[in-house]
Amino acid sequence: MDHIVIIGNGIAGVTLARHIRKLSDKRITIISAESDYFFSRTALMYVYMGHMKFEHTQPYENWFWKKNRIDLVNGFVKKVETDTKKLVLKGGSSISYDKLIIATGSKPNKFGWPGQDLKGVQGLYSKQDLEMLEKNAPNKKVCNRAVIVGGGLIGIEMAEMLRSREIPVTFLVREKSFWNGVLPAGESAMINEHILEHHIDLQLDTNLEKIISDENGRAKAVVTDKGETIECNVVGLTAGVAPNIDFLKDSGIELGRGVKVNRFLETNVKDVFAIGDCAEQHEGIGSRRPIEAVWYTGRMMGEALAQSICGNPREYSPGHWFNSAKFLDVEYQTYGWVFSERSKQDNEHHFHWRHASEKICITVAFDKDSHQFLGLNTFGIRMRHEIFDQWLTENKDIDHVMTYLKDANFDPEFFKLYEDEIIAKYNADFNKNISAKKKSWKRIFSIA
Amino acid sequence: MGNFDRSMSLAGEPPKALNTGQKLAIVTGMIGLGILILQLFNLNLGNTALWLTVSIVAIFAGIIWFSQAAYAHKHKGIKNDGVWFKSISSRGVLAWMGGIALTGFYIVLYFYPQYLGLVKDGDNTGLIALFDPLSKGLSGNPASQWFVYGTMYTVAILAFGAKFIWKYRHNKYEQLRTVSVMFFQTAFAFFIPEIMARLNGDLPYYDLKNMWPLNYYNFERYRINGFIDSGSVGMTMLFFGIISIFVISPFLTYKYGKRWYCSWVCGCGGLAETAGDSFRQLSDKSKFAWKVERWVVHSVVVFVTLMTTAVIYSYLGNDSSKYWLTKTMFISGVAVILTAVFAWVMIYKREELAKDAKYGAIGYFTIIAVLIGMHFFSDSANIFIFKAETLRTTYSFLIGSIFSGVIGTGFYPILGNRVWCRFGCPMAAMLGFQQRMFSKFRITTNGGQCISCGNCSTYCEMGIDVRAYAQKGENIVRSSCVGCGICSAVCPRGVLKLENGPEKGRINSQDVLLGNDVDLMDLVNKK
Repeated sequence: MDHIVIIGNGIAGVTLARHIRKLSDKRITIISAESDYFFSRTALMYVYMGHMKFEHTQPYENWFWKKNRIDLVNGFVKKVETDTKKLVLKGGSSISYDKLIIATGSKPNKFGWPGQDLKGVQGLYSKQDLEMLEKNAPNKKVCNRAVIVGGGLIGIEMAEMLRSREIPVTFLVREKSFWNGVLPAGESAMINEHILEHHIDLQLDTNLEKIISDENGRAKAVVTDKGETIECNVVGLTAGVAPNIDFLKDSGIELGRGVKVNRFLETNVKDVFAIGDCAEQHEGIGSRRPIEAVWYTGRMMGEALAQSICGNPREYSPGHWFNSAKFLDVEYQTYGWVFSERSKQDNEHHFHWRHASEKICITVAFDKDSHQFLGLNTFGIRMRHEIFDQWLTENKDIDHVMTYLKDANFDPEFFKLYEDEIIAKYNADFNKNISAKKKSWKRIFSIA
Repeated sequence: MGNFDRSMSLAGEPPKALNTGQKLAIVTGMIGLGILILQLFNLNLGNTALWLTVSIVAIFAGIIWFSQAAYAHKHKGIKNDGVWFKSISSRGVLAWMGGIALTGFYIVLYFYPQYLGLVKDGDNTGLIALFDPLSKGLSGNPASQWFVYGTMYTVAILAFGAKFIWKYRHNKYEQLRTVSVMFFQTAFAFFIPEIMARLNGDLPYYDLKNMWPLNYYNFERYRINGFIDSGSVGMTMLFFGIISIFVISPFLTYKYGKRWYCSWVCGCGGLAETAGDSFRQLSDKSKFAWKVERWVVHSVVVFVTLMTTAVIYSYLGNDSSKYWLTKTMFISGVAVILTAVFAWVMIYKREELAKDAKYGAIGYFTIIAVLIGMHFFSDSANIFIFKAETLRTTYSFLIGSIFSGVIGTGFYPILGNRVWCRFGCPMAAMLGFQQRMFSKFRITTNGGQCISCGNCSTYCEMGIDVRAYAQKGENIVRSSCVGCGICSAVCPRGVLKLENGPEKGRINSQDVLLGNDVDLMDLVNKK
């Protein structure tokens, strides 16, 4: 019987293990040094904020693993010996495998800033990072101010976490506007406003120069490239993540920034695969990046690889792009591709609508010539995944999207609806005369 | 992790700490409560109407002020910061103190009302006397322990309802259903029965929204006689009580799910959603708890059905002289209805029942069938082996008092706010059965957007592991769901939506989620 060994118990590795168990009787072992049981990484912030206890972030009860004959090993893999098909763990024990899957996720980026390894300087990725933050910033007395470096999704989450304990936060963002490498200008501007509303000291277009130590080797201040010195007790490094693959250096497995894999998620070494954040495609698939450090893609790779391992070889072939996040109180969903001004092609045009007073807006991307619908960003309005997926598959044009926009709304019942307002703006912007079709359950559920 | 210092929460750091406004608000509310407690010791404060007003106004003001201090200065959005740090909401010392105090109150209320000042054949004293002016003003009668309880219950739903509305000021669904429970409690449970009592002394106290089997005593002899003696008004009410069970509630449950009752109308639900809101995260989400829930709550349904049948049977005659219905007609009718329901489920809905549900249904049906069959061979007083009166008093004690009151509400701070609704309420079980078997209601999962964070499961007051479905891209169609909508509200990624749609495709289990390879989805999900 094949012994499948998975390094990493995150969403990618666990999805893979679950699906292999559904499809086969193979022996499955998951190794992790981070936690005994699978937990939802995206939920760590809620533990610090007191919304949940750590145990609530675990999607399966503890009996689940034994019942499904998935062996869990708490250990740190130091070395992979591919010629003998053996893993060496810290402490010296070893585990043999028939097939090995690397699903070790990411680690926070550090860009060589002076002082980046001082006490009180940390990223926010792992369970250990969360525990460290609980020590570094238990309350506003111990932590008078925190400086967060890096304006992405983890940065704004960390700011929200610290604010929940009323700790003053300075947020250094390299870009001229928050996350504007990803978000179009209007949306990015709206999130800037929302960050300020939450009393976060947002400093745009500002880089970290160095972190200054006190006499005990603890961070006591940061210096920015604007020449400002900001006193603080905690520095959060949230300038993105990189694959967590240092232990593979001498393994003979081909590495780039991540573990190089082909479309079957195979590495250059037979019977060794990589999935999730740590996998790097030789070429990005479609408009996707070669490394996709996203919850959903980790899960999808696990779903796909399980088929291959169980005798039904399949490429990793993701469907239409989608993603979601929450910026403080504002929910964000995206379906298809909406690029920022910085990275969009000439053919991509945008329609943007923003509510007069609330933090609600949408951006619809379409091809300027064919008017084909390319994607949608929505802030503060929930939309149906199925419907947009269908529209993208059927290459609908933007007029179609506008006409049937009411079908796509996914806000809770009785919420105020904005489709008429949105379509009026669309008609005015593009000199059209679209009228919205009434929401139809029949259409919605014939799709879903 | 997990070893947070649970202090008494009057001090400490944000988000655990209370701000000055909240502290003053608590003092205000406690003064109101203190007046009531002083009354327990029979301190004669003089002008009872005045003191009662002062007390209720202080309680109201305290709760509203507390909400203002907690939410007014914050942006609208989810307000769960520090829930698991605060003693009161994380089974800390305050929670245990609160639980013990509430439990004690319920024991006194149900079993020792004399300590509250209830005097039979004489003027009330103590706490109950304090409520006499209000009771006399409404119904013309002196207060009872139930009037005191009803008033406090209504005050709690109104004041904490206002707090809840403030907390969810970004969420129209939450606001509307809270206004609804506040209205039904105040009008239907509190004012209308009192006023009806004033207008027509013969009418039994009747909270019209409180239908059988929640209102398990509705068809007892004294009430039936009361209805009949009150002429057409009484008969209309009796008729309404019957069609509520067989027509109105199945129809509304078909259209909207059981939420139309449990979280929009019901008084128990009303208290749970308002005063109990701070405890919703304490419900047990384990699979084991779910199993216990199914057996216990359905056993209560069987119990209440047997009990009610026996009670009605006991006072019916063998001919139509006294009541239109005879013993034999009645017992045959019950047998026909139960057999029809059982047959319908087993024939058309078999695949929707889990294995143990089938065993349970068959087992219970057999027991009832045997007991009814025994009717034809036994003497009339002892249908179902036990005396009807024994069944009635046992039910009333075990379920009506201990379960719904002492455990159901007294244990809010320890077991969560819907223990009664989940494990004990036969009404919720019946509506839940309808909801699972034939209803348009579901919680739709939005494609592949779930990140398994667990907020939905944590804040589900009914202990449903919502995430287990959402992370599989599967809709949530569970008997126990009361449709409070909080899972949808707390979801950070917009994954959950309560809605009434077509029945077809409502239950949609799948292995590979939307977003992945279309061919792979087709391959894996075709069953």
